[in-house]
Amino acid sequence: MIINHPLLGPRDASEFVYLGDESLINRPDPNSEDADDRFYEYGYLRDNPAGDLRELWYHEQGDRSWLVVTRNTLTHEITSVEMARDVAKAKGRDK
Amino acid sequence: MQYSGFKVFLEGLRGNKGWTPAWREPDPKSEYDVIIIGAGGHGLSTAYYLTKVFGVKNVAVLEKGWLGSGNIGRNTTIIRSNYMLPGNELFYEFSLKLWEGLEQDFNYNAMISQRSILNLFHSDSQRDVFVRRANAMILAGADAELADEEQLRRELPFLDFYNARFPIKGGLYQRRGGTVRHDAVAWGYARGADRNGVDIIQNCEVTGFHIENGICKGVQTIKGAIGGKKVAVCVAGSSGRVMAMAGMRLPIESHVLQAFVSEGLKPTLPGVITFGAGHFYVSQSDKGGLVFGGDLDGYNSYAQRGNLPVVEDVAEGGMAIMPMIGRARLLRSWGGIMDMSMDGSPFIDKTDIKGLYFNGGWCYGGFKATPASGYCYAHLLAKDEPHPVATEMRLDRFKRGHLIDEKGQGNQPNLH
Amino acid sequence: MSDQSHRIAGGLIDRSETLEFTFNGTPMHGYLGDTLASALLANGQKLVGRSFKYHRPRGIFSAGPEEPNALVQLRSGAQQEPNTRATVAELFDGLTATSQNHLGSLEFDFMSITDLLAPFLSTGFYYKTFMWPAAFWEKIYEPIIRSSAGLGRLSMEADPDTYDKGFLHCDLLIIGAGPSGLAAALAAGASGLRVILADEDFSVGGRLNSESYKIDGVSGSSWAKQALAELKSMDKVRVMNRTTVYGAYDHGIFGALERRTDHQKTSFGKPRQVLWRIYSKRSLLTTGATERPIAFGNNDRPGIMLAGAVRSYVNRFGVTPGKQVTIFTNNDDGWRTATDLVAKGVKVTAVIDARNKSASTPITGAEIILGDQIIDTAGRKGLRSITLKSGKVIQTDCLAVSGGWNPNVHLTCHQRGKPEWNSDILAFVPGGILPTGMKIAGAANGKLGLSTGMVDAVAVAQKIVQDLGQRPASYDIPTSEDEPQSGGAIWHVKDSKKRAWVDLQNDVTVKDIQLSYQEGFRSVEHLKRYTTLGMATDQGKTSNIAGLAIMAECSGKTIPETGTTIFRPPYTPIPIGALAGRARGKHFRPYRLTPSHKWAEENGATFVETGNWLRAQWFARPGEKGWRDSVDREVAMTRASVGICDVTTLGKIDIQGKDVAEFLNHVYTNAFLKLPIGKVRYGLMLREDGVAYDDGTTARLAENHFVMTTTTANAVLVFRRLEFARQCLWPGLDIHMISTTDAWAQFAVAGPNSRKLLSKIVDAPFDMSNEAFPFMACSELTICSGTPARLFRISFSGEIAYEIAVPAKYGNSMMGALMTAGQEFDAVPYGTEALGVMRIEKGHAAGNELNGQTTALNLGLGGFISKKKDCIGKTLSQRPELNRDDAIRLVGFKPVKSDDLLLAGSHFITRDEEANMANDQGWMSSVAYSPTLGHSIGLGFIKKGHQRMGEIIRVVNPSRGVEIEAEIVSPHFYDPEGGLQRG
Repeated sequence: MIINHPLLGPRDASEFVYLGDESLINRPDPNSEDADDRFYEYGYLRDNPAGDLRELWYHEQGDRSWLVVTRNTLTHEITSVEMARDVAKAKGRDK
Repeated sequence: MQYSGFKVFLEGLRGNKGWTPAWREPDPKSEYDVIIIGAGGHGLSTAYYLTKVFGVKNVAVLEKGWLGSGNIGRNTTIIRSNYMLPGNELFYEFSLKLWEGLEQDFNYNAMISQRSILNLFHSDSQRDVFVRRANAMILAGADAELADEEQLRRELPFLDFYNARFPIKGGLYQRRGGTVRHDAVAWGYARGADRNGVDIIQNCEVTGFHIENGICKGVQTIKGAIGGKKVAVCVAGSSGRVMAMAGMRLPIESHVLQAFVSEGLKPTLPGVITFGAGHFYVSQSDKGGLVFGGDLDGYNSYAQRGNLPVVEDVAEGGMAIMPMIGRARLLRSWGGIMDMSMDGSPFIDKTDIKGLYFNGGWCYGGFKATPASGYCYAHLLAKDEPHPVATEMRLDRFKRGHLIDEKGQGNQPNLH
Repeated sequence: MSDQSHRIAGGLIDRSETLEFTFNGTPMHGYLGDTLASALLANGQKLVGRSFKYHRPRGIFSAGPEEPNALVQLRSGAQQEPNTRATVAELFDGLTATSQNHLGSLEFDFMSITDLLAPFLSTGFYYKTFMWPAAFWEKIYEPIIRSSAGLGRLSMEADPDTYDKGFLHCDLLIIGAGPSGLAAALAAGASGLRVILADEDFSVGGRLNSESYKIDGVSGSSWAKQALAELKSMDKVRVMNRTTVYGAYDHGIFGALERRTDHQKTSFGKPRQVLWRIYSKRSLLTTGATERPIAFGNNDRPGIMLAGAVRSYVNRFGVTPGKQVTIFTNNDDGWRTATDLVAKGVKVTAVIDARNKSASTPITGAEIILGDQIIDTAGRKGLRSITLKSGKVIQTDCLAVSGGWNPNVHLTCHQRGKPEWNSDILAFVPGGILPTGMKIAGAANGKLGLSTGMVDAVAVAQKIVQDLGQRPASYDIPTSEDEPQSGGAIWHVKDSKKRAWVDLQNDVTVKDIQLSYQEGFRSVEHLKRYTTLGMATDQGKTSNIAGLAIMAECSGKTIPETGTTIFRPPYTPIPIGALAGRARGKHFRPYRLTPSHKWAEENGATFVETGNWLRAQWFARPGEKGWRDSVDREVAMTRASVGICDVTTLGKIDIQGKDVAEFLNHVYTNAFLKLPIGKVRYGLMLREDGVAYDDGTTARLAENHFVMTTTTANAVLVFRRLEFARQCLWPGLDIHMISTTDAWAQFAVAGPNSRKLLSKIVDAPFDMSNEAFPFMACSELTICSGTPARLFRISFSGEIAYEIAVPAKYGNSMMGALMTAGQEFDAVPYGTEALGVMRIEKGHAAGNELNGQTTALNLGLGGFISKKKDCIGKTLSQRPELNRDDAIRLVGFKPVKSDDLLLAGSHFITRDEEANMANDQGWMSSVAYSPTLGHSIGLGFIKKGHQRMGEIIRVVNPSRGVEIEAEIVSPHFYDPEGGLQRG
């Protein structure tokens, strides 16, 4: 596979390490009342869709960026690649 | 029809005209006591034991494609019970014992061949872990044997003892491990279940569950609605897709695992051998092909195919321990979709929806579990309580903090 | 047969270059440009192998990669190469080939008894018998089956050849250099695209070399030569012959194998083959088509071949496979074989067309039989005669069979594309999801006529040029003929009573397929798996469609209703050695060497692999009888005076920024906000699931500058997780980090004299006193007159100890400098074994304890999880079953009998319980012989261990047949108060 890195252009997927669903960015608030349940769901339950999945890849053999890649799990077609840091900020994680 | 050598001889004399279909091709009835979704190995063995051992009569197995088209038809055929943790080892040893009497039990030669499995180790700390595992196996009533380098040099002189990057220090044998003709397992269970009256309905994709007030009452299929007092999902590889129709999220990701077979060769390997410092395992089929594999591709996928980096990684692992396979040729490669669970261990459990049961999360180890998985699932379906060797395979274990993590990799499915 | 008995005039071989070879020891010769198959035929060798199941005599069937029969063992010794298709093996001087899969000689194979037993060995028979008695399977039945199965033999010696890998990039990859591929390449090349044209054959041209067509007025093969010359003159075009594109992978990536020395006697030290990974923007499949046979009684005899293959041998290789050739066809193309043979002066005995329509061409001297079919043949080791349905018997030594052509759709299926039925050409054409960027043209796309195919290919190529944003240059499509193509669908001769083969290699007959249907194995996949149809080394290239058609006939359905057959990579078999490339032996993985590796080598170190690192394990001295002597001495001398160990392999991460302390608070369980400048703190990390992950120290060198260490094993993983935390979880924090594991050489200097030793090398005015630089202090400083260094006062051994870091380039001399400075204290270098012994004596957890299954609670580190703050893993670490009363705890073990040795991996059972899994109390994780205490010691996990001090427990090790008793003690065997390291 080829991942079109937003900063570096197309790179072979073997330069990257895969983590999983983008939802891993959404680490729950440890102080929330239902933190136990929310951490359980965050840590263990997955949508695991057959179709488009937003997922985390790490450019370990490159610039060490974490990326959010939108890839179809049936065809492996990649439709977008974003910097995970930007995605995390857009979710308000820098607040 | 009972199979035997004599029957083969008789039929040979009369031009093989008397053989009858191994199973019927029934139309679905409107209602069953138990509907099993998925005519893979586990689904078929569930139906077999449900009718044979637990006396349930009115059973159907619904299959989207052809029977045996799940991972039972795409695996690397290894059986073993070399686990470490009680939640797994007792179950897999129960499974291995079922394998040992299976052919006579279902009257089908699945070529169960206990020619041993050997896990090589390459460092002292790896040896320590294998000793721990060997002892756990023996404490669970299984067999285990540690071999040192000298013994392996004698028994397997073709391994690379001379020029290895990670020298072979020894290995853990399970002599009762081995291989089975995988398709024949599906066929043997299907034929056995069919003979017990189970309706195996092929080309019958389930399109939805009929759930009312938290109770599952049947399924919708492309062949119409079918009522079921109990609905048992058994579709490893597609678990996420199927359970989503019941509104459930699972502690499972779908990953592709590639498998490989070489051209046919005269006897080359005695049993199953696994590499401890890379990703490679291999055995030789009765037809002569080297059947081998390695690591997952590593990304979520429902496409039954993989990519080149893993193909090459697996070949590198093979050449690292047995460089005599360099001139053997890879004949065919394929991919299977694994239910990779969050601790690398499976589930056989009820769900929060009454009447809906779940069996899945087998990672890349479902084949060897086929008999015990079916037996324990049948036990659960018939008695509504888990079989004693499957008490830990619960869906709520992560919530409770009860992990069955053999590799110690934590909640990242592609590392198990 | 006499030498060159079947050689005829013409062909593309070079008769001035004679090549000697042997087959089963018999010397023969051929010419440059021959394949092994053409040379064998030239020498009149008809019988070349035995079939898989019935050991039937078999000859050469095809002239290409689809060959099911003519598999030989090529070369000898360690270079022995089983299952080589003679039809694609290029002849070279000195080639040796032997036939395979027979017991006794090729001519008299004892295993051919299975052929007589065939009625009892019908499809799937083995699933129905061999079950009694159960124990006989592994001992009797299976060994017999296994030794008669398989085909060729491996030498069992390491492959002596080397293989390379390479990467190529192009705009357009054209696969197949037949007429369509060449025309497409010319068109695309003229338009300026970067083109790779790959073909598996050693000469380009594809079928043009085998046919008598003319293009632009010259012979097809001459046109191909001209086209090649023109392509070679184009800068951006690369033509790769002897290159098989074997697999289509995601996003336009293809695997290709180039054979570099397979046409030579030896590799002369060069790589035998190169495995290419080709990255293409677009690909064009011009792989042509493969002819299919018709099944009839005894259709497997040597001398029965594909009609197109007969043309290949006659036209390309100047060889006639027979002296009296008969043709059996159901289509117009079959007639072409007759025409070509006659043109070459070969006697054509008869042409049998199953249809009632004859082609217009008269065939001189041949009997023309229309509307008849072959029902049987005779001639065990070579065809002698055929019998027709009409009863007519024809004497013939070669039968050319044509059942029509199947487009080569193989690569279109690799991403699970499903071919679709085309009823015009009665064959499957590419369909379904195609690999990204792939187009198909010419015969591969069902455009079977020569001219039609070339026009199609050029049009598709020009469309691709446009798609890629270029302007297609004008290209004059060469003129050629379009041969008649009509045909009838005959898959097998129904009136034939004899066994009729569909899959020649695996011995699957028409009856086997019918039996498969009879027994309920009716889907295509069941058919394949039950009968083994299409599972042989040819992957059913000539048999799959016929099998499907016969199944359709049984069920009364159409072929498309019955199913389709898809192919999986590779297109043709690929050597495992080529897939592995250079990553084998010592080069399987790179070595990482510590900075003092050279010094260690010079000083007698024994090395051990730890991950990719090679570390000094111990430094033996003369007179020491075994490793224990050396390790015991290293421990004793370190504890008595001072020892030095290279600990560079520990992960080092340099972290800077305003918010580092806050960040560390998130990733470590214990508090880091208030770590003072100049201090080091131990830190524990959890995974988010609450299980212990890694531990190490973090030093604060300045307000905004920290240095973290991790374990060796987790160095890369921890860094990855920290980057995740930084970029994805807390992207607002001001932190930057870089791995400096390889940038700094780091040495542990441990023992009561360590301070004295270091005092000699630190530059003034650095104050080494305990007051100025106490336990857990750190500093940047210079040593040895100006060398920059970092000093950490941390201890893994329990002694007064330091770790000193210098830029990696000084690492080797640093080791020497430390040893020189330490001479007066009898300083000793120590390796990983002594390091391990001292950490076990001290009761520190390491990899065996931090194994990914244990929690802080299990490790006795529960107190390190701060109650005041959150950290990664904290919430989930609080789950009830991870905090059970009877949770395992890390404790120490000491044998009751001091001579007993504890063994890692042992399990614990109480004295009064039976040893079984239900009573399993835990396991021993690490053991060592403690030279300090004079007996074996161990660390292990046991239920409620912290409450069981003094209890005697059984340490069982059934895999070794050993059981001893041990006392549960504190894990801190050495200096439990910790006073020494602070001194």
